[in-house]
This record gives sequence, C-alpha cells and structure tokens, in this order.
Amino acid sequence: MYWRFRRHRLAVVCTFIVVFFYIVALFSETISPLDPNKVSNLYKYAPPQAIEFLDKDGNFSFRPYVLGFKSSRNPETLRITYVPDPTKRFPVRFFVPGEKYMFWGLWPSDIHVIGLGPDAPANTPFHLLGTDRLGRDMLSRIVYGARISLSIGLIGVTLSLVFGILLGGVSGYYGGWIDAVIQRIIEFIRSLPTIPVWMALAAAMPPKWPPDYVYLGITIILSLLGWTGLARVVRGRFLALREEDFVLAARLSNCSEPRIIFRHMVPSFASHIIASITLAVPGMILSETSLSFLGLGLRPPVISWGVLLQEAQNIQTVALFPWLLIPGAAVILIVLAFSFVGDGLRDAADPYGR
Amino acid sequence: MAMNAPATGGPNPPGSSEDDLLVARDLKKWFPIRKGFWSRVVGHVKAVDGVSFNVRRGETLGLVGESGCGKTTTSRLVLRAYDPTGGTIHFKDRKLGWIDIPTARRSELRDIRRNVQMIFQDPYGSLNPRMTLREIIGEPLLVNGIASGSALQDRVAELLRLVGLHPEYMSRYPHAFSGGQRQRVGIARALALEPQLVVCDEPVSALDVSIQAQTLNLLEDLQGRLGLTYIFVAHDLSVVQHVSTRVAVMYVGRIVELAPTADLFFAPRHPYTEALLSAVPTPDPDHRGTRIFLAGEVPDASNPPTGCHFHPRCRYAVEACRTTVPPLVELAPGHQVACHRATELSLAGVVPGS
Repeated sequence: MYWRFRRHRLAVVCTFIVVFFYIVALFSETISPLDPNKVSNLYKYAPPQAIEFLDKDGNFSFRPYVLGFKSSRNPETLRITYVPDPTKRFPVRFFVPGEKYMFWGLWPSDIHVIGLGPDAPANTPFHLLGTDRLGRDMLSRIVYGARISLSIGLIGVTLSLVFGILLGGVSGYYGGWIDAVIQRIIEFIRSLPTIPVWMALAAAMPPKWPPDYVYLGITIILSLLGWTGLARVVRGRFLALREEDFVLAARLSNCSEPRIIFRHMVPSFASHIIASITLAVPGMILSETSLSFLGLGLRPPVISWGVLLQEAQNIQTVALFPWLLIPGAAVILIVLAFSFVGDGLRDAADPYGR
Repeated sequence: MAMNAPATGGPNPPGSSEDDLLVARDLKKWFPIRKGFWSRVVGHVKAVDGVSFNVRRGETLGLVGESGCGKTTTSRLVLRAYDPTGGTIHFKDRKLGWIDIPTARRSELRDIRRNVQMIFQDPYGSLNPRMTLREIIGEPLLVNGIASGSALQDRVAELLRLVGLHPEYMSRYPHAFSGGQRQRVGIARALALEPQLVVCDEPVSALDVSIQAQTLNLLEDLQGRLGLTYIFVAHDLSVVQHVSTRVAVMYVGRIVELAPTADLFFAPRHPYTEALLSAVPTPDPDHRGTRIFLAGEVPDASNPPTGCHFHPRCRYAVEACRTTVPPLVELAPGHQVACHRATELSLAGVVPGS
C-alpha cells in the first residue's frame, strides 16, 4: 500500500504540506514571529513586508533583510499609507530571542524561528503578511489560527470516527431492526440542512462560556453531525465482509466473534477507513471556518482561521487590505492537500485499482 | 440400538447403520421473503424442503443439480452455517458420539466443527487477502488451541506438503498464487483440524479444466491417505461421476434420486436424472446421443409446482404427478427414487465406455 501511495505524486506532495501545517500548529509559539495578540498603534493595516536579498544598488546580501516603513497620511482619504523605506534595513535572523512566551503554556521561552533579533530598535515593524486593523501581525495570527482550526479537524473527526465505527459496525454486523433504526437516524441527520442546525446548536451554547468550552462545544457539534458518512462506510464494509467466504471459513474453524471482527474484518477495511477519515478532516475544518465566519462558532479573542476571515468580511478589506484574506488561502491549501492525500490513500487502499 | 453409541452421545438416529457418519432426516431450510415497509414475511423460498440422506464413513457422496436446486444450502446446513427450518442432522462425532447438529450446544458445536470442515468454491474469496498462508492455515490450529509457535509452523509446513505446495511459501500472501494453488491452500486449511467429514462446495468449478483434474486427484489421494469422508457438491456430472461413491440428484429443494454412482449413471430411474445425463458430453465425435431438452424453466423455489416438482417439465408425467408428492423409496438396494412411475419406465443412462 505504501508503494502504491508513493506513486501518487500529488498525494505525496500534499502529505508534506499537511505535515508542514500540523508542525506549524504544534509549534505555533516558536514559529510565529510575534505575539498574535499584541496591538500596535504605529502599524495598523500595514501591508506585507517582503524579505529581500538585494539592496537598492543590486548588491547581493547573503543575510535577508526587511525594509522599514515610511508612513504618511493620505490628505484626501485620511488613510495612513505605508511605503517601504529603503534606508531602513533590518536583517532577518533565525532562531533568535524575541518576545517571551510560554511554550504550550508550560515552559517559558523566547526563541522564535524567525525574527529581527534583539539588535533591532524597539517598534521595528516585522510583518511578513501585514497587520490587521489593530496592528496585530497576520502571520502570527495565521500560525496560531492553524492550531485551533487544524486541531478541530482532527478532534472532530476522531469523535465522529468513534460514533461512526461503533454505530456503523453494530448496524452492519448485527443487521435486522437495529440496522434499520440506525439507518433511519442517519437519514434523518443527513436530511437536516447543516447551516441552520449548526446555528441552532451554536446558539444553544451559553454565550458566557469561556473560549475553551466553546471550542469543545463546537467540536462536539461538528462531530455529532459528521459521523453519519463514516457510519455508512463502516456499515457497508461490514455488510459486504459478513458474506465473504473467508469470514465463514473463520467461523467454521471456531474463531470467536471478536477475532472474526478484529482479525478478519477490520483489517480488510482499515485502509479504507483511513482514507475516509482523511477525506473527512477538511470537511470539519471547513465547517469550523464557516461557522466562525458567520460569527456562530469561535469568537475573538480565540484565533482560528474562521475568526480571522470574519474580520475580512467587507469590501474595504478586499479592495484595500487583501492580505487579510490570506487565512482563506491557508484554508484552501490545507483542504485541497487533505483531499489529495485522501484520494491517494483511497486509490492505494483499493485492491482493484491498478 | 444404543450398542455402538458412546456414553456421552445420544442414541443412534433412526435409519442409521453401523458405518454411517452423518444422517440427515427431513432437512428443511426456508428463507423468508420480506416485503414492504414493515418487512412482513410474504412467503418462503424453500431452498431445501425435506431432504434425507446418509453419508457413510469413507465414501464420497456427490450432490448434483442445477443452479438454485438447494445443493449448496444443504451443504451449508450440514456445517450449520445456516440454522435449518426443520429436520435433523445427526453426526457421529469421534468424541461425543451421535450429535444432532441443528440442536447442538455451543460447546458441542465447537467440537463438531473440528470434525466437519469445508472447502469453498471460490479460491479467491475464501482466503483472507491480508493474511499469510501460515496465518490462514494455522488459524484453526491456533484458535482451537492445538498448536502454536514453532509447533504450528511445523504443522503448517506439513499440511502444505500434504497438498503439494512448498512449505517455503508459508509467509506469502494468497495473491501470489494461482487459482489452483489457492484451492490447495483452502484444502490445507480444511484439513488442519484433521476432520472426519469434509464438505466440498463445488471445489473445482472455479478452476481451469487442467487444474480441475489435479485438484480432484489431490482430493482422492487425501481421502485414501487420511480416511476422509466427502460430501461433494457439484454441477459438473463428469466430475461427480469421477469422484463419487454415491450420488444424490436434487431438484428444487428435494432429492429425486440417490444411488451408487454406476447405477445412477448407467441405469437412472428418475426422468430428471435421465435428462441431466443426456446432457453429459461424450468424447466420441460420431456419437449422436438423444439429447433430452427440457421444456420451461427451473421452477421458482418460493412457488414450486404441486405434486412432483418436476411434473411440468417431465416427458412421462401422469395425473398422479400433478397431485401427490412422490416419496423417496428404495427400489433396488441402495437405489432411492422419488417418482410415481419409476417402476414402469425404462430410462436411458450414459453409454458405458463414454
């Protein structure tokens, strides 16, 4: 299966993308250059700064640097515009001490993968993806947003996998009226229009809940509605495998029921399940994003991609500050990457594909 | 009566003799037909409807008939892969003596299954594609606590040699083998528990003609060496003629004729047997047999004709055939026929020497 997956080039590339994103989510504190909640009055809506290697004379400098900003107020619109100032050069350093943070809330540290280092004067802008309306660093916010958005995908899918395998397995293995009841429930859940149900469930959550409760609540809501697809897949596999000759052979040689299920049936569809999970994760991420985008899911100060996109909900953003839409690009990238990995896994798991 | 019954087993079943291994009486399996929203039972497919036969120790009982006549269902009833609707199947277990398979307790069934094993028709579906030959063949030994570790390894090697495969193949997966080799693996698995009775459900019909002969010879050879008893289900008459000691012909859930192989092939007493035999191809190109073409279709087992099931297609049918079910009676020693006109008719068999 591994070799067959290897042949699916796009899926392999996307696997690296997914892994990269999860590493980012895991080490957000270190990877983000700045504190995502630090407000800066000097640089509101600052555009992304480019990392440059050539100075204005065309000389190559091995150490990349960023240019500072010259800010001026447009007399007509009263908007502050930022123009790169070639006279202010700040070299970019890697693994440098910067702002202090608690890594995973446990260990104090101040090392950042990328930053200007302690030599740069205070209030030097370093916003590779620009800033938002409060002057907060977008790159750091996206990195922290990845942690929430991606973990919701994983936890949500894990929960729905538990529901799905349990209910789908019972449904497929025992059949009969249990099967009928579970299938009717699945059909009912599937027939509910998702967004109104999310809205209702999200509205049912007390607004006074602390952010981490809301986070958990949203995850549970998403997985309560998301298990049906997996349950169907599991049930279908159980139904098909139950009739296989090798399962009958196992039964005839006195194999116990758990042994038949876990030794003969589950391995036959484990790869299939893994592929389905991979395809279900982006659904979860998208659900969280859309919920938060609608203002029903996570709320500031929690940072998730949906929350970030919520701030980019107006025409002003699209016209003047397009870098606020970058979280959307991150969503698209991770969802596509997951889908291709899932496709690759599914093809690799399909015993009939060649 | 109770003379040869061991202390633990039940009494000898009626109609059994000293050398019987299995006695089936009035065996029935009706599959319910469910319809509508509440899955009401609207009828039954009488797949097996009152079948009685004895299997003698060391013989091969051939079970032939068209598709859907109930021969596979009968064979699976013997293994209790299905629970019969009615009737008894007494099996003379090595340890327990006479045991009725349909009513056997769980612990008794465990013991019976060590003594009754099955060879499947489809060599592809009957081996778990995710287990090595060692795991497939060794599983019955492991599950029944007969061997484990290196003893298991040795026994599997021995079994592989027994069926004519190299023991070095042990750690390979089934997909590395051809249909004939896989069927040998299936045979090795069936023999792992040293059963007394092996139910062969069309063991060669999925194989190449050249491989069929090899597999049949292997089965015969094993029978001689291990003293096995076979119930051999097939629809290929030449195969059945080759391997069987006695043959039972089934038609729509009933046995219509049961006789020693030579008697049945050369002197059939039932019109259906005659028609079947006329379809056996002869290798003589000049031979112009009188092929009997049956009118109509095999009747629907959920709604069989009254009286003798065969009467709508029978050339010799009279009024009695329409109204009364002919009982299976013994006309000559060991030759049982279910036909009202069996004594009057003289039917054509296979031309000897063909």
